[in-house]
Amino acid sequence: MPDTLTKDAPAPAVEAATPAPDKARSLWGHAWRDLRRNPYFIVSALLIVLLLVITAWPGLFTGASPRRADLANHYLGEPNWGHFFQTDWFGYDKQGRSIYARLIYGTRASVLVGISVTALVVFFGGLVGLVAGYFGGWVDAVLSRVIDIFLGIPFLLGAMVVMQAFTDRKWWMVSLALAFLGWTQIARVMRGSVITVKQADYVQAAKALGASTPRIMLRHILPNALAPVIVVATIALGTYITAEATLSYLGLGLSDPAVSWGLDISQGADNLRNAPHTLMAPAVMLSICVLAFIMLGEAVRNALDPKLR
Amino acid sequence: MGRYVVRRLLQMIPVFVGTTLLIFLMAYTLPGDPVRAMFGDRGADPATLAHIRHDLGLDQPLIKQYWDYLTGMVLHGDFGTQIQSGRPVTDVLSDAFPVSMRLALIAFGIELVLGLALGIVSGLKAGKLRDNVVLLLTLLLISVPVFVLGFLFKWLFANQLGWVTPNVQDSMSVSELFLPATVLAALSLAYVARLTRTSIAENLRADYMRTAVAKGLPRRRVVGVHLMRNSLIPVVTFLGYDIGSLMAGAVVTEGMFNVKGVGYYLFDAIQRQEGTTVVGLVTVMVLIYLAASLIVDLLYAVLDPRIRYA
Repeated sequence: MPDTLTKDAPAPAVEAATPAPDKARSLWGHAWRDLRRNPYFIVSALLIVLLLVITAWPGLFTGASPRRADLANHYLGEPNWGHFFQTDWFGYDKQGRSIYARLIYGTRASVLVGISVTALVVFFGGLVGLVAGYFGGWVDAVLSRVIDIFLGIPFLLGAMVVMQAFTDRKWWMVSLALAFLGWTQIARVMRGSVITVKQADYVQAAKALGASTPRIMLRHILPNALAPVIVVATIALGTYITAEATLSYLGLGLSDPAVSWGLDISQGADNLRNAPHTLMAPAVMLSICVLAFIMLGEAVRNALDPKLR
Repeated sequence: MGRYVVRRLLQMIPVFVGTTLLIFLMAYTLPGDPVRAMFGDRGADPATLAHIRHDLGLDQPLIKQYWDYLTGMVLHGDFGTQIQSGRPVTDVLSDAFPVSMRLALIAFGIELVLGLALGIVSGLKAGKLRDNVVLLLTLLLISVPVFVLGFLFKWLFANQLGWVTPNVQDSMSVSELFLPATVLAALSLAYVARLTRTSIAENLRADYMRTAVAKGLPRRRVVGVHLMRNSLIPVVTFLGYDIGSLMAGAVVTEGMFNVKGVGYYLFDAIQRQEGTTVVGLVTVMVLIYLAASLIVDLLYAVLDPRIRYA
């Protein structure tokens, strides 16, 4: 589903013969120059840096504990917009816990799951795609059938089946479950990309010079086939964060002593009518986080897209 | 055509066996002992555990268990039992499936109309203000998780404005299904809009467009016939495959709005931690998804000769 974002068919290069106005840059050099001028990139990069800092040092942003429940504060509600960075900035939830502190500490679960799933998926999916695309023949046929089988199971449904087998759920279990079901997307992109790159002249040249197969795959094909994978992986990172929150919301992801936005949303959902703020704060935070990664992925895609140059 | 149908059906067999095996392995071989879990913290004596295992067939070799599961499914239509009510899963499904189908069709209609409209509006003016507005809107729709959007709508339209009841009372009423269907359609709507936009923006530069304009055809005909027919091919492909995922992917939406479809019963089974019911329902949903993509593929072969001779 998310790969439709990158489905834009490669159009014939319209201005293939543009005389190079400045000195020849690599693909990444061009991309970086484009990115620095793109407001979407700047906003999303700043947001992601902020989210990473919060993930690493949540204590910098709040002195309160996300688990400290004071029933005297039960539903002490409306956000106090003036109380920046204070415990009662966004009010308190049903148990009298600071919503602001829970937002800050909940970042870790989402970002850790998002990044670890992406790392696993890029490594294993990328490996399968590289092998299938490079060797072709029966290797490709077998691996492609395996990919078909995994694609037959909708991502979230599969993750639900895996997670219901566990009772004491940790964030890395959620990551493994999501990676187990999500690697096919990257594998397909990598396979397609490798098949294109494989025919390039420099690969033929390397072969003619007697380079070993691992060397050709790792030094010549991999770096040149990586761009579409990076784009899809960045956008997918946002969808993995959504998946973690959805699983936690359904009661199949992280469970209570853990702090997670999805968990807070599911608890807030019970009191949507009388205390909407308990739901809205984590919901907005989750959406911003997902938005940041998807925006980054789209900015990188636009920068790497030769059509626009 | 006949050869293509046969080939496509034969290809389904390994995928069917593979997906069911995968679901089976995910559900029954992961750590955690459902039989021990039946007794909670107090535990039970090993003889009782062994007895129950024997009754449920859990002491058989794994491959035998899978074979029983597969043959039960294919030969007897046996997808297990809904633990809470004791009804067979297939029985529950005969009530739930029409509801899910109806919800999916309404969502599909919304997605089709709004998605195409937004895509055409922005694609014709790529780079202009309204294009950027549509891009931003679709970016937001893609980023906001389904359940967040659902609660936002519920809070706004039910609790604040009072236009609708927060939960659906009658799952077959089209007017009540409208809100959940909008939530369900939101994500795909954004993809449809973007796909249409890209496709139109690309085709606007095509040679045949210049020719059509140069011939002096009215703009209505150039855009409505020449541009649309060529631009909508990738969109139609996406829409086709999306029907299957709309029907299989409504767990969150149906659970949230109390729409008594397949996804609702799955949501319910998860909340009650009824593992076997979950597996039975998921298997059925995966089969629906596979069947829907098969039908779409066959339809394409009818529509587009390039596919059946490929």
